[in-house]
Amino acid sequence: MKFDEIAKVVSQEQLSEGIFDMWIETCNIAEKAVPGQFISVYTRDASRLLPRPISICEVDGNRLRIVYRVVGGGTTEFSGYKSGESIHILGPIGNGFPIKEGGKAILIGGGIGIPPMLELAKRISDDKTIVLGYRSRDTFLDRDIKVYGNIVIATDDGSLGTKGTVIDAIKENNVEGNVIYACGPTPMLRAVKAYAMENNIEAWLSLEEKMACGVGACLACVCKSTEVDDHSMVHNKRICKDGPVFNATEVDL
Amino acid sequence: MNTKVNLAGVELKNPVMVASGTFGSGIEYSEFVDLNKLGAVVTKGVANVPWPGNPTPRIAETYGGMINAIGLQNPGIDVFAGRDIPFLQKYDTKIIVNVCGKSESDYIEVVERLGDEKVDMLEINISCPNVKEGGIAFGQNAANIEHITKAVKKVAKQPVIMKLSPNVTDITEMARAAEAGGADVVSLINTITGMKIDIERQSFAVANKTGGLSGPAVKPVAVRMVYQVANAVKIPIIGMGGIASAEDALEFILAGATAISVGTANFHNPRTTMEVVEGIEKYMARKGVDDINSLIGIVK
Repeated sequence: MKFDEIAKVVSQEQLSEGIFDMWIETCNIAEKAVPGQFISVYTRDASRLLPRPISICEVDGNRLRIVYRVVGGGTTEFSGYKSGESIHILGPIGNGFPIKEGGKAILIGGGIGIPPMLELAKRISDDKTIVLGYRSRDTFLDRDIKVYGNIVIATDDGSLGTKGTVIDAIKENNVEGNVIYACGPTPMLRAVKAYAMENNIEAWLSLEEKMACGVGACLACVCKSTEVDDHSMVHNKRICKDGPVFNATEVDL
Repeated sequence: MNTKVNLAGVELKNPVMVASGTFGSGIEYSEFVDLNKLGAVVTKGVANVPWPGNPTPRIAETYGGMINAIGLQNPGIDVFAGRDIPFLQKYDTKIIVNVCGKSESDYIEVVERLGDEKVDMLEINISCPNVKEGGIAFGQNAANIEHITKAVKKVAKQPVIMKLSPNVTDITEMARAAEAGGADVVSLINTITGMKIDIERQSFAVANKTGGLSGPAVKPVAVRMVYQVANAVKIPIIGMGGIASAEDALEFILAGATAISVGTANFHNPRTTMEVVEGIEKYMARKGVDDINSLIGIVK
């Protein structure tokens, strides 16, 4: 069940270069949300038509937190919202990560794919390592996430942690686990899938694509599925509705 | 106050419907839109067999609009008839099935198959700019339009709406051809072919290179075309193109549309259709209009 709400901004602050952190008070969305789901945020400026899909970073009672990167006009508008202002959102959207108990988990977040790892880390009680990939030492959310498990960091420029990718950091730190949860850019997800396959680790990947409706009607945000999907009847799955989280074996990246 | 309108013998409780492709079959939107309040639901295009659609990215936002090149992905008529039509039958609204094809025989196969189904009307998509075969290949030539309309009418058991493309020199010529072929209704406009370049990737924003532009940016073009067609044919018109409010919808009705469709605006505000229905009633009350039919095409 999704809810179309005019919610209220509780607070907003900037975490690092271009990265903003907003807490929102909702009627129903926060209480129903699970890690890996997202919300559609609608702009007030009607010249920008499409809702922005933004992952849910954390929930606390009827409040939810989004941490997002300002990439264009829509997110610039959101970054100017002040405490007490209204915000039009729809959610929670998508399936979220299936939490597999009784093992050792590896959580992998790359760039703006990091935020959903916070709520996920909170809800996984098993032993876990959280691998975070950043461009540079200008990090965000690492201190919040560290509270819930060991963290390992990779940076593109090597200014913090392992120089290289999240996979480089996993190898350098001998990170082990029997289930992977990952969210990040497609090249990272491709590498995570390959690593998981080589090492025979179950992997759950959160995908991203340009979206329009955000509810599964318009068929803009499809990904390639390995099998014929029983909704589309072709090798396509809807990221917003059937995902955004897929088992790595279900999708071709 | 009467908001009922009549399209080729099919009575709609109000003139507000959704534009094909923006609403699926209503299943997903039914969580927050009361489908019983709509005059009709127009489904996403369905073909004789499943179509995979185009590669991604399939959409790009533009100023006041968007470009899409979905490529008519659809599950095929068999699954559609078993899943989507029974879903819509649960609601008190009219069901209009949009039909797409790559050849005349594709269209005929779907139309014949729908003859036994409980659907109220058929909308024939001869105007999709995003598929190489069929679609717009039929819709940019008056002789082809008349031919395909006749062929469809010969086998159709429900009233036929021909959906027209704006990507033509003179849309009145196309509308007249549809009328001459026996169309019961015409709907317009489909999207306007457009392009967006992603300057960071230095590539096309949508994988198909071109896509169909929709949204508020196209509305003045759509209103103009509805007005022109209203003055060229006698059959009713379903107007669409950038409608995001009751005010927008009323422009189309005053220009000559008997019914209107909300498309891209569903993405910006899922409740747009409800707001349009309520807004039209408020306008009628404010203007002292008892019957919406008295507004159709009165701006000459």
